[in-house]
Amino acid sequence: MAGKTLYDKLWDAHLVTEREDGSALIYIDRQIIHEVTSPQAFEGLRLAGRQPWRSGASVATIDHNVPTTPFNNASDIVDDTSRIQVQTLQDNTRQFGITEYGIGDVRQGIVHVMAPEQGAVLPGMTVVCGDSHTSTNGALGCLAHGIGTSEVEHVLATQTLVAQKMKNMQVRVEGDLGPGVTAKDVVLHIIGVIGTAGGNGHAIEFAGSAIRSLSLEGRMTVCNMSIEAGARAGMVAVDDTTIDYVRGRPFAPKGADWDKAEAYWRGLVSDADAEFDTLIEIDAADIRPQVSWGTSPEMVVPVDGLLPDPADEADEVKRSGMERAYQYMGLKPGIKTSDIQLDRVFIGSCTNSRIEDLRAAAQVAKGHKKADSVKQVLVVPGSGLVKQQAEQEGLDKIFIEAGFEWRQPGCSMCLAMNPDRLQPGEHCASTSNRNFEGRQGNGGRTHLVSPAMAAAAAVAGHFVDIRDLAPADQTA
Amino acid sequence: MEQFVKYTGLVAPLDRANVDTDQIIPKQFLKSIKRTGFGPNLFDEWRYLDEGFPGQDNEKRPKNPDFVLNKPRYQGASVLLTRRNFGCGSSREHAPWALMDFGFRAIIAPSYADIFYNNCFKNGLLPIVLPEATVDGLFKAEAANTDFQLTIDLANQQVITPDGQAIGFEIDEFRKHCLLNGLDEIGLTLQQGDAIREYESRRRAAEPWIFQEPQQQ
Ligand code: SF4
Repeated sequence: MAGKTLYDKLWDAHLVTEREDGSALIYIDRQIIHEVTSPQAFEGLRLAGRQPWRSGASVATIDHNVPTTPFNNASDIVDDTSRIQVQTLQDNTRQFGITEYGIGDVRQGIVHVMAPEQGAVLPGMTVVCGDSHTSTNGALGCLAHGIGTSEVEHVLATQTLVAQKMKNMQVRVEGDLGPGVTAKDVVLHIIGVIGTAGGNGHAIEFAGSAIRSLSLEGRMTVCNMSIEAGARAGMVAVDDTTIDYVRGRPFAPKGADWDKAEAYWRGLVSDADAEFDTLIEIDAADIRPQVSWGTSPEMVVPVDGLLPDPADEADEVKRSGMERAYQYMGLKPGIKTSDIQLDRVFIGSCTNSRIEDLRAAAQVAKGHKKADSVKQVLVVPGSGLVKQQAEQEGLDKIFIEAGFEWRQPGCSMCLAMNPDRLQPGEHCASTSNRNFEGRQGNGGRTHLVSPAMAAAAAVAGHFVDIRDLAPADQTA
Repeated sequence: MEQFVKYTGLVAPLDRANVDTDQIIPKQFLKSIKRTGFGPNLFDEWRYLDEGFPGQDNEKRPKNPDFVLNKPRYQGASVLLTRRNFGCGSSREHAPWALMDFGFRAIIAPSYADIFYNNCFKNGLLPIVLPEATVDGLFKAEAANTDFQLTIDLANQQVITPDGQAIGFEIDEFRKHCLLNGLDEIGLTLQQGDAIREYESRRRAAEPWIFQEPQQQ
């Protein structure tokens, strides 16, 4: 019999019951809750007169629509619906006895930044959240994926989820990453290769020497965009990097429990003879810094490439999608990425708002000024703790001197539910994960890039190849 | 949850692939804390010529006459015919809520994004998967006939065309059972409470750290 994949192991360890039709009840160790996808779940509990199964299994914070300018109380939020959601979460977590890192708490931040930072997500766990980028947490060697609001209610009420086992996919990236090539470029390249439906129905394990060489934060960036590759869950096997990251975090086990946990976690790797339904092999040497040009994350080109011609696309559905994207983006096939003029730059989101991301951006921005043609550069740390750390390192000063704006933690312009948004027709270099039509504001045009590429673009006013900058400005 | 038995409805063709949930219900409407009332803002950016925001009188907004759901022949449509990878993008359950609030009961497409597909069942909306060529055939048949209605017979797993042709489709047994009976999943799961408690005590012994409660301060 073939060995087990990491996903098989995580699945088996959480199986409560199996049903004849192949669906199963799996136990959920941790639920992360935010203000947007939870009110109707709590409403459902109240309507049915139900209580949470285990309120200690949940941890909540506010992120999606909090302002990124300072505020002290929910009542300071100008936007009516945002204020109502933030207040509603406060009321619900109090009523149901759930821990919330709310307004003014240094631990508040984007769900997928806050949870691993606190150690609320640990290797071997099952983790869910009403947000499709929950896969971020899979970087710790756990099974983490997004769920819908009905499922949020189901998990609250039963601590389980009705699930179908997914297929196993391994994306193996072997070799050394070139200078200036970051985790973001790795994942954008992968999506460019397998497409936005490439991972449908699968749980993806990212593996290979290039993935191993990434820091834990880099692995989070890769796992974060699993959903853009069509997969609900992405994960990386446990190794020293994982263990070192978890050690000492507030929720991490201590003492004898730690030793026991570590021994267990070390086994959370795919067996050598495990079989995958789908295997994708990628040569790290092929990966160059990426820029998305269209309205789907698979519409990416290397920074030194030309925008593709729809006429060369054989698949009719894809071709018309590309034509529509060109129309929306106001761009022409065959131009260089450096021909794209930028109006705004956004550095943040659960993809790229951790301390290493901010360091990478600051390293490029240091001693430079944003281009006059760029109206705004937003830097939004992923959590209060990231912000604090960045300020201790003086990164905020570097950004402010460069003419960038240094903001409070939240999702911000990743999805433009708060006042941070694009105007129609504006082009934005963004470190977020989605370039869909209108994602960053009605009519806004998003280009997905790494933090270093975003900072370099902010300085130049257009995309530049990060590898052409002086070595001191480069980040790997 | 409403029972889904046998159902006949007018078909509206949305001839696009990769329709994402941002397009189904734009994010500004996610701010509601209710489960209903999203129908008027379904496909908001395509349906209206101005920018939508919550609390508007949608009746007074300028409509895009070219958008399929605004055409007189599709008024009252309740079966959405569309292309591959429908419902991709953000996991918002508001997407099926908006589709249902508008009046859709079933969708027919060659494929769906996983999360969206799951979310449909939880809300009593039936996403039917048919092969690409079959879907193409339905688009052509619809274009050739006004008032093109399809009958969906969930019990027998068939889509029946106006000329009586029955097209079979696959569906997970459990999901079918729940839809047919309008069963609430939480109630079903709580019937297995003992199994959950037993599982918990096993895990608690082996991995106590999983059960450590978060501290407020
Ligand atoms: S930063 Fe963006 S993708 Fe991440 S949780 Fe927030 S809205 Fe979702």
